[in-house]
Amino acid sequence: MFFMNRRDILVFAGFTILVLTMPIWLTPTGAAYPALMQTFAIYGIMVIGFNILFGLTGYLSFGHAAFLGVGSYTAVWSFKLLTMNAIPALLFAVLLSGVFAVVIGYVSLRRSGIYFSILTLAFAQMCYSLAYSVLTPITNGETSLQLTLQDPRVIDLAFTERGSGLPVPNLFGLPMTGLTGFYFCAVILVLAFFLAQRITNSPFGMTLKGIKSNQNRMDYTGFNTRPYTLAAFVISGMYAGLAGGLLAVTDPLAGAERMQWTASGEIVLMTILGGAGTLFGPVIGAWLVKYAENIFSAFNESVLHNFFSFLPDGMEEPFVWVAALFVGEGWHLTLGLLFMIVVIFLPGGIMEGVRRIGTLFRRRPDTSDGSAVSAKQQPAE
Amino acid sequence: MTTNDKDIVLHVADVHKTFGGLHALSDIDLQVEQGKTHAIIGPNGAGKSTLLNVCVGRLAPTSGAVIFDGHTLTGKKPHEINQVGVARVFQTPEIFPELSVLHNVMVPAFAKRDGSFSLNFMRHLDTQSDIRSEAESVLEDVGLVAQKDVHAGSLSRGDKRRMELAMCLIQHPRLLLLDEPTAGMSRHDTNTTIDLLKRIKERGMTKIIIEHDMHVVFSLADKISVLAQGRIIAEGSPEEVRANPKVQEAYLGGAH
Ligand SMILES: Nc1ncnc2c1ncn2[C@@H]1O[C@H](COP(=O)(O)OP(=O)(O)O)[C@@H](O)[C@H]1O
Ligand SMILES: [Mg+2]
Repeated sequence: MFFMNRRDILVFAGFTILVLTMPIWLTPTGAAYPALMQTFAIYGIMVIGFNILFGLTGYLSFGHAAFLGVGSYTAVWSFKLLTMNAIPALLFAVLLSGVFAVVIGYVSLRRSGIYFSILTLAFAQMCYSLAYSVLTPITNGETSLQLTLQDPRVIDLAFTERGSGLPVPNLFGLPMTGLTGFYFCAVILVLAFFLAQRITNSPFGMTLKGIKSNQNRMDYTGFNTRPYTLAAFVISGMYAGLAGGLLAVTDPLAGAERMQWTASGEIVLMTILGGAGTLFGPVIGAWLVKYAENIFSAFNESVLHNFFSFLPDGMEEPFVWVAALFVGEGWHLTLGLLFMIVVIFLPGGIMEGVRRIGTLFRRRPDTSDGSAVSAKQQPAE
Repeated sequence: MTTNDKDIVLHVADVHKTFGGLHALSDIDLQVEQGKTHAIIGPNGAGKSTLLNVCVGRLAPTSGAVIFDGHTLTGKKPHEINQVGVARVFQTPEIFPELSVLHNVMVPAFAKRDGSFSLNFMRHLDTQSDIRSEAESVLEDVGLVAQKDVHAGSLSRGDKRRMELAMCLIQHPRLLLLDEPTAGMSRHDTNTTIDLLKRIKERGMTKIIIEHDMHVVFSLADKISVLAQGRIIAEGSPEEVRANPKVQEAYLGGAH
């Protein structure tokens, strides 16, 4: 049941090491602090799940941030009502986002292609406005859902006295702060990767790929494709709910802006940037986007003046002026540019770049391999 | 309907199909015997592909019914029709261009083994050695085993067709519908395909074959129905059909 071939073991081991040693190899980049690394791990989970729907099954959802939001709200409520323990919070987050995914998926999957994307977008915007205004008793609207000193926390308070300050989410007493919080997210990311790898290499995953490639053929081959697409949708929705729950575990607060369509768009961007359909790609994409966001949004004019100070006096000003458009608030311009460059020159994302470099090194002009080369270059029909 | 003859596996009963004002199929009544190869010939636009579309649930007939081995196929979904044992090769190959040839052939085997829906994600593809070796042997049969690791999208048109045939054969369907299976193939590949289809016949598989190549038709068919403008204008053994003057007029006059 847990069979893995040599390639799977290498990929899984490589990924695990990469994730767990993040505090070491990120140090030179200045990104090795827990808050950012947690974000890396959490959005890694998010896009791994998203990739099961988009990369494997070929359904582009523009509303996955909704499930992220549902996960966050659920986790915060679990903290408020029951216990600060992260495990029940995450379980509820996954379950409730799964329920949302069943409903939204059931309706949206009646259509495919662009209509499916629009339906998911519409649903997500509905969830957003529910959270932002309609359901304020549950979501606390604009002010975000937060812990308070009066929270009932029935399970915790049955065993301990109410403390003086706000409590911190924990794992059976171990507080989820700093590096501990990161490692908790990292382990869950590794497990999430493992499950996605199982799915990808199973007959089920092969069926999803078949649906992406030619859904019509699947129908005439005896597959009932609807439940397969729904399963992929719900699995990816639950991954998003898990990520949302973890956002709340590392910072017990949930706001509606997490569900906005720009957040959904960012998930799509990360996946395509890294390479949809691959296991590693989306995670790399997520890390790159979150890293760039961190770096470029922190830049300001004085940093730029320092950076361009080597230029002669008259030149410095225009350079700073242009560069300033792309940093700080304007960092989305940088992201957009990066995205365009990758999509135009590497339609398969960063992973395609890696593959190209790989083949460049592996086989030089080698005529015996003509079939594999022509296989890539010939169009399907 | 009329007879309880156990040998009839497929009964197309009084099927009509109209597209707007166009009568694509009129009064079609067709009985296919178990284990036999039934050829349907006729000029382009006669309604041959439409007839197969009605059989596999791609189109609903305007009236009439299709009965396969006691199951009424009319109204069933395409995957349900496949699950009762009907497989089809399309006129334009329907394959998975992004997957390897081997995986193209393995996928249908999962539908056959695990049914129309299965959450079989805790199994690893590499542990499915029974299905893999069966896929390889079917690819051997159609002469594509050397290309098993190639992207299916890069195959030639004739090879795609042979692969699609392999995708159907691995399911061991009881009824195989072939829409111009040798179109786009070289003479050599056509002959290989004829041999292959003859061998399948020995296994007792019933087939309906639409074909323009008379060499193929007369090498394989037990019975031929001639379709023209949506109607069956002649039916019988190959010899009877060949001798029929109506056929010569309608078919030979209309063929490309
Ligand atoms: N889905 C469809 N919608 C409208 N007209 C169709 C459709 N399918 C087939 N036809 C028409 O029905 C007639 C029969 O087509 P078809 O069955 O493909 O012919 P054949 O396979 O014998 O060449 C043609 O005139 C064709 O244009
Ligand atoms: Mg046709």
